[in-house]
Amino acid sequence: MSAAAESWRDTGEALEARATSLWGDAWRRLRRNRAAVAAAAALATIALAACLAPWLPGLADPTAQDLALGAAPPTPAHWFGTDELGRDLFARVLWGGRISLLVGLIGTLVSLCIGVTYGAVAGYAGGRTDDLMMRVVDVLYSLPYIFLVILLLVFFSRSIVMLFVALGLVQWLTMARIVRGQVLSLRSREFVDAARALGATDAGIVFRHVIPNTLGPVIVYATLTVPAVILQEAFLSFLGLGVQPPSASWGTLVADGAKVMALFPWLVIFPGAALSLTLLCFNFLGDGLRDALDPQDRR
Amino acid sequence: MTTYLVRRVLLMVPTLWAIATLTFFLVRLAPGGPFLAEKDIPAPIVAQLERKYGLDRPLGEQYVRFLANAARFDFGPSYRFPARPVREIILEGLPVSAELGGWALLLALLLGVPLGVVAATRHNTAADHAAMGLALAGVSVPGFVLGPALVLLFSLTLFWFPPALWQGPGSRVLPVVTLATSYTAYIARLTRGGMLEVLRQDFVRTARAKGLPERAVVGKHALKVGVLPVVSYLGPAAAGIVMGSIAVETIFGIPGTGRYLVNAAFNRDYTLVMGVVLFYAVLLMAFNLLVDVAYTWLDPRVELG
Repeated sequence: MSAAAESWRDTGEALEARATSLWGDAWRRLRRNRAAVAAAAALATIALAACLAPWLPGLADPTAQDLALGAAPPTPAHWFGTDELGRDLFARVLWGGRISLLVGLIGTLVSLCIGVTYGAVAGYAGGRTDDLMMRVVDVLYSLPYIFLVILLLVFFSRSIVMLFVALGLVQWLTMARIVRGQVLSLRSREFVDAARALGATDAGIVFRHVIPNTLGPVIVYATLTVPAVILQEAFLSFLGLGVQPPSASWGTLVADGAKVMALFPWLVIFPGAALSLTLLCFNFLGDGLRDALDPQDRR
Repeated sequence: MTTYLVRRVLLMVPTLWAIATLTFFLVRLAPGGPFLAEKDIPAPIVAQLERKYGLDRPLGEQYVRFLANAARFDFGPSYRFPARPVREIILEGLPVSAELGGWALLLALLLGVPLGVVAATRHNTAADHAAMGLALAGVSVPGFVLGPALVLLFSLTLFWFPPALWQGPGSRVLPVVTLATSYTAYIARLTRGGMLEVLRQDFVRTARAKGLPERAVVGKHALKVGVLPVVSYLGPAAAGIVMGSIAVETIFGIPGTGRYLVNAAFNRDYTLVMGVVLFYAVLLMAFNLLVDVAYTWLDPRVELG
């Protein structure tokens, strides 16, 4: 892409280019990235299937047992096979995806709210407040967070709400740093002065004018946070600390499957593949978004 | 340099204190005690146990005593295995965990850096795209999915390596590969990014203008600066490998420290949990310090301060 950009600059063809907004430009670049488009399409399919799982016609009930059948390899009736209790694995993977994706989205949302607000306030306040707030972030960074999450989940209720809180708490630090860096460079710009001259309050400036301008990097990082949260949830569930039965996420399905993989390998292969594929798609999409939204970083 | 080191080590103290305090009160606030078993233990015995572990004292006194003992890396006997001090349990698992993590980190560096360099020097070719696609796949497959998949293929189908345990060199292969894969992939991505940046710089052009062979330009001049992002990633990587080793040790039944943490948490073995958490905290902080020092050594432009 950089070679094309270079020649474009040299020949002066830019003169006839029509004015495009940052978003229009980014959208155009993203569409040209075939891997990112394919990833987005695959993600949309997975998410749609998971969302609609309760209403999909012909989809088996994920809790319906068939003890006579037991664990059976994939057949046309059961695409992913069945588990030891004769439950349809395809249905269980779709239903598990609902939980995994939900945890990923809500965890990201929690980290987004905390991180963006914290980073914006620190960057906008500047000076000593900024120093103090970022020092707190530094200290939190050096904590072995996952252990505290494990402690929280072990000693208190292993509820899904606790999981959201714990995962959101782990993820907001990087977001705060990114937003603060952006805000630091934005706050001395003319439009902030203009807003202040018009009598806008500090809170109004931060939330109405500054934060919207940090959106590009925030979107990119949020896209990469979703798979990170899904991965953490799956990791905790794998250890038996995350989602509790009868609910099942991809993490618990992999954990259950791994225990019996010598006998029934499909029970670990399909949930593992679903999880890995989703993470891969999010990462491809995040990479594509970064290339599209960051015009300086044309690698 | 010495002042910097002293200051960094002193800065670790409040962080460790915060972790110790948080751990202590989290554990005390938690509902249910360590001696609640399926069987009802008679009240006098519970009282006796609590006296033995000092749990009958006021909370403040317990806290002070805990801090004083923790500073000496003494956490008392495990609740679950009263005959064994926590320190002994940790130190017993440590060599195994260290070996697993060390090999994994080494493998990740030895594979990841060359892969990134090759991708950067063949920027935007098919080789570059293939390497980076592979790297992204490697980042995306979690260890606890990859581990079972590798066991399925190499142990249960091909019978090349044992599926579990930690005996003999063959048993090291699958756990180390499982743990190293995502870090290999990430290091390859970082190296590529760093190298692409460096290869555009003037000193690289100068080196080429002097007529140095491309090997020397890339291998000697560019690489030293190009791997800087990798060096600063080693701190988080070590933290991640410690965390990942918990899962890997669970999958492969390896008797390391990570597995103890999970078991201890489920057993409500409070002393062991607190000991392992604090031990890991010290380990990670020491590693971060080491990485920062290594960074200045590689890049004289960075000043410690």
